[in-house]
Amino acid sequence: MSDDEINLKELPDDEIYELMKEDLYDGYAKEIVDEVSEMLSRGHQPYDILINGLVAGMDIVGIDFRDGILFVPEVLMAAKAMKSGMAILRPLLAETGAEKIGTMVVGTVKGDIHDIGKNLTSMMMEGAGFEVIDLGVNNSVENFMEAIEIHKPDIVGMSALLTTTMPYMRVVIDALKDAGIRQDLIVMVGGAPLNDAFAEDIEADAYCRDAAVAVETAKRFMQIRREKTR
Amino acid sequence: MNKLDQLLSTTDYVVLDGAMGTMLFTVGLVSGASPEEWNVSHPDEIRAVHRHYINAGSQVILTNSFGGSRYRLKLHNLQDRVFELNRAAARNARAEADAASHTVLVAGSVGPTGELLTPMGHMEFADGRDAFAEQARGLAAGGVDLFWVETMSDLEEVRAAVEGIKSVTDLPICATMSFDTNGRTMMGVTPARAVRTMKEWGLYGIGGNCGNGITEIENVINAMHREAPEVHLIAKANAGIPQWRDNKLYYDGTPPVMGRYAQRVRALGATFIGGCCGNGPDHIAAITEALRTPLSGVDLEVLLAEKAAIGDDSEQEKGTGRSRRRSREP
Repeated sequence: MSDDEINLKELPDDEIYELMKEDLYDGYAKEIVDEVSEMLSRGHQPYDILINGLVAGMDIVGIDFRDGILFVPEVLMAAKAMKSGMAILRPLLAETGAEKIGTMVVGTVKGDIHDIGKNLTSMMMEGAGFEVIDLGVNNSVENFMEAIEIHKPDIVGMSALLTTTMPYMRVVIDALKDAGIRQDLIVMVGGAPLNDAFAEDIEADAYCRDAAVAVETAKRFMQIRREKTR
Repeated sequence: MNKLDQLLSTTDYVVLDGAMGTMLFTVGLVSGASPEEWNVSHPDEIRAVHRHYINAGSQVILTNSFGGSRYRLKLHNLQDRVFELNRAAARNARAEADAASHTVLVAGSVGPTGELLTPMGHMEFADGRDAFAEQARGLAAGGVDLFWVETMSDLEEVRAAVEGIKSVTDLPICATMSFDTNGRTMMGVTPARAVRTMKEWGLYGIGGNCGNGITEIENVINAMHREAPEVHLIAKANAGIPQWRDNKLYYDGTPPVMGRYAQRVRALGATFIGGCCGNGPDHIAAITEALRTPLSGVDLEVLLAEKAAIGDDSEQEKGTGRSRRRSREP
């Protein structure tokens, strides 16, 4: 299909951004690396490439995941492609001191060792440009508090798959209150047995049904937060 | 003729059991502990759960070994006891089945590893297969009559389990997936594709378990029956949808509701019928009782009309119309 072959060098900027969205959608890591490199060589700012290419592409993936068009395998491959692009951009972003979209500390709570949904959320949050500190599974209050102390996140995410471990989320939230930092943090919770009523009951800020909803919710809260501080 | 063939020569449906984990929490298993370890440390409690289900009418009971692969046990630092804990799980169920007044078969429960296979995750297919084989060896040594692969999301992981089990025994294998994401599994597998793929592997029974309530499982059975009417189908629904009230978790599927569900999935083509999370012995007793009377008359007509109105779960390609692949210069 030589007619369809693409020479990146010949494409205008906007078409490369379109191509990045398509390649993210299809989980093509190598192509993403090529495209990010090409845009950098044309003098584009790392932050612009992140927002117009990678984040815009992952937005489409997120929407189609939410709508049941894409499923976990495709999202994971897209997130991997995203990561390969981020590997190039991250050091450059740090150098330029570009504004961060937000930082999240996330983990599965104590007693619970399920992490597929949490991992997906981590990846999609990274895909949306957030810095994510993933604490893994089986996290005590102390783990959460320590990570919050070190990383000063905007958001704390907690996951539980078991009806027997979900009450531990309340323990963590109570600890945040006791430490006097609850109001500084956005607390989002997720996991199969949870619902809105539970989130309200334990005084979390939001229940997120899936990774795509988590990203949307996180963006919305960050927007509100930025408007407040302005 | 295996024991399942023998059982099905005497009856045209089979009552399964209900949940294990939630039952153990009511007798003292603490959150975060390994239910599989209880096969050795608390055999009486495990056997009591099996006995309650048998008394409620279960004809097939599942061993307490859902998380018995080395991948799951590693999270409790029990990865060196795979054979021992699975053999004990099988022996506990075997003892109660053999003491029963009606025929009860013991199915060795095999759940997911919790890992994702490469390239999405880090588990190699061969490693998964070996882990399932190791678990199957313990279950076979403890005397199971068949194997029961359940709550799967990824067909490749089911294949790893089936190949692992087949590498150590010729006993029959049943498998169910959880269709909890817009009518598909988390990994995007439709019921039609699941039954079409798994029947090629020579499984004895195929179906759905867990997920989001009764209607979802009804639709799974309906879709599978349409796709492969010759296959023995398995329905193991949760007792409705969990509700959080007054600091406690409730399932809205009461025993009468589950009895009615049993009649409905039976009418839609299920052969093996039981419950998953939230179901206890009372639910299974209600299912046993309800199945003595098939759904008929207006109820049956309404059910069939309702399900006929649901279109085939078309194997719509992902991202239709959005992705325009073009080949790239090398």
